[in-house]
Amino acid sequence: MELLERFATGDLEAFEVLFRQHQKEVYGWIVRIVRDTGIAEDLTVETFWRIYKHRAQFRPDGNFRAWARRIATNAALDHLRHARQETTLPESLPCVPSPDGAVSRETRDSINRAFHELPAKYRLVASLALVEEESYADIAQAAGISAALVKVRVFRAVRILRKKLQSLRAEVATK
Amino acid sequence: MTNEEIKNMKELLNQAVAPVSDTALRRDLWPQMLSKLNEQPLPVFRVPWFDWALAAILSAVLIFFPGSIPALLYHL
Repeated sequence: MELLERFATGDLEAFEVLFRQHQKEVYGWIVRIVRDTGIAEDLTVETFWRIYKHRAQFRPDGNFRAWARRIATNAALDHLRHARQETTLPESLPCVPSPDGAVSRETRDSINRAFHELPAKYRLVASLALVEEESYADIAQAAGISAALVKVRVFRAVRILRKKLQSLRAEVATK
Repeated sequence: MTNEEIKNMKELLNQAVAPVSDTALRRDLWPQMLSKLNEQPLPVFRVPWFDWALAAILSAVLIFFPGSIPALLYHL
């Protein structure tokens, strides 16, 4: 029996083989969305937990990689939805080092804050399309939506970011 | 909104939020996966709450109005 068929019937050894084949790729995708290595590890395990739980829905002739990426995207999106309520920035967030002083740091903080305050579905596309420069087609496939909807969400994310930045700048100016 | 505006926002974002350069997984996550599988056994069978509610309503109707049983059987 083929590996994917064995997995679909609940064979744990087949699942382990698939896990070891795909864990790096799933982790790499998730870390681009959540931007925190520890959380990305936990979400990778959560993704494979969901994969194993819903194995009966997987067609052995289907594309496991695409299926796993879609589940990983949903797991990351669920995390962003919950994490958005806590607005603190993750410690391991990669920031661009800046040669100059306080003003540019203030600006960077404002951009960071605006980015982290984006609603989850917009932050997902903003991370992938604007920061990581993934193609709209890849994002669409991973999120289970059309490329046109990805484009719409990117536009809206940019609009929200622009408004947030304007209000944050106004806040700073009044201080 | 134009593509130019998106490009500008990309440049602005890149000043603060860098692309994740290191996406390599540092350790094997299988032991963690295995302990999760052992900790949380998969639910064997779950009945949604509204199915239980429907069953309760049907049972109540049959108990309190036994005359409806023939009508119910007729419609089945």
